[in-house]
Amino acid sequence: MKAIERADVQKALDQYAEQDVYVHVETTNGAYAKHFNRNHNVGAYIRNAQVRYTRAKIVDAEDAFRVGLKMEKGWIYAEGVTDWEWNENGELLLAGHDSEGRLMVALQISKNPFRY
Amino acid sequence: MHKHVVVIYPHPDDEAFGSSGTMTQFRKEGIPVTYLCGSLGEMGRNMGNPFFANRETLPDIRKKELLDACKILDVNIKMLGYRDKTIEFESRDEIAEHIKGYLDEIKPTLVITHYPGEAVHPDHDAMGAAAVEAVRRMEKEKRPEVWAQAITNGHYEKLGQPQIVNNVEEEFEVKLQAIQAHRSQFEGMFPKMKGSSDFEGQYEEVMKRFKQEEFYKWTFEN
Repeated sequence: MKAIERADVQKALDQYAEQDVYVHVETTNGAYAKHFNRNHNVGAYIRNAQVRYTRAKIVDAEDAFRVGLKMEKGWIYAEGVTDWEWNENGELLLAGHDSEGRLMVALQISKNPFRY
Repeated sequence: MHKHVVVIYPHPDDEAFGSSGTMTQFRKEGIPVTYLCGSLGEMGRNMGNPFFANRETLPDIRKKELLDACKILDVNIKMLGYRDKTIEFESRDEIAEHIKGYLDEIKPTLVITHYPGEAVHPDHDAMGAAAVEAVRRMEKEKRPEVWAQAITNGHYEKLGQPQIVNNVEEEFEVKLQAIQAHRSQFEGMFPKMKGSSDFEGQYEEVMKRFKQEEFYKWTFEN
């Protein structure tokens, strides 16, 4: 993955608008957060939900980016994304990492289902 | 002396951290060891440091790391194909039968797994419970011994002292190599651990703990 270039990612997001796509959305503070005396473990993920969004926007938040996808009946939102990749399978991957390279948040969009 | 040892954990790297010293001791004696690994750690949040993996490439990367670690440890590997973080939501019954299939075939004299309920990660607890259940379903006289590994902070208070305490100082180099074969998870971990917020003030303690592998002998009521 590489550091997000806002305009490039915006272009990629636009390409998936107005069509059925699969999303993977995820956030986590790690399975050992509680074990290491931090807050309790939190995390959520959805893999391969089929959605259709009418518009998408990526916004620069100085240290990271926020992304919002507007659907006919709702929203998909992620904040803290820092890196992106559009891989050879046409999967658009956005993720936010901490200083030790650990994934904290992900938003991924694909025409075909992600591997499950 | 044991004839064949089967190790059952859910993630690539559990074997390296948990019992690679003990596995190495068994291998030194010429005893075959087979690792049944539940998942490919697909949902791990470590992507390398600096990161080189992403959510979609991680499974194949970790599979390769798992094979590398098993080569270093000179153990057989079977991948069970569950998905990281979901094992507790699967049917316990089905996983137990799946594991039992391997045990019936391999006929181990010892099974090593996580202590259900005392293993921190929900996958560890679920896989440990399924492994214990798989052994329980075997005919009494054919059951292998079960060594269960507890890793919660409070397990000594709850379970007392473990019956098996293996000093693995002599095998420590191999253990470190096995851990570091899991590059995406632990590359450069040991130098970095000192400064990591996860291990603040605990570094020496953690290193000491790595040199000892402890297990509780599981007793079946019937």
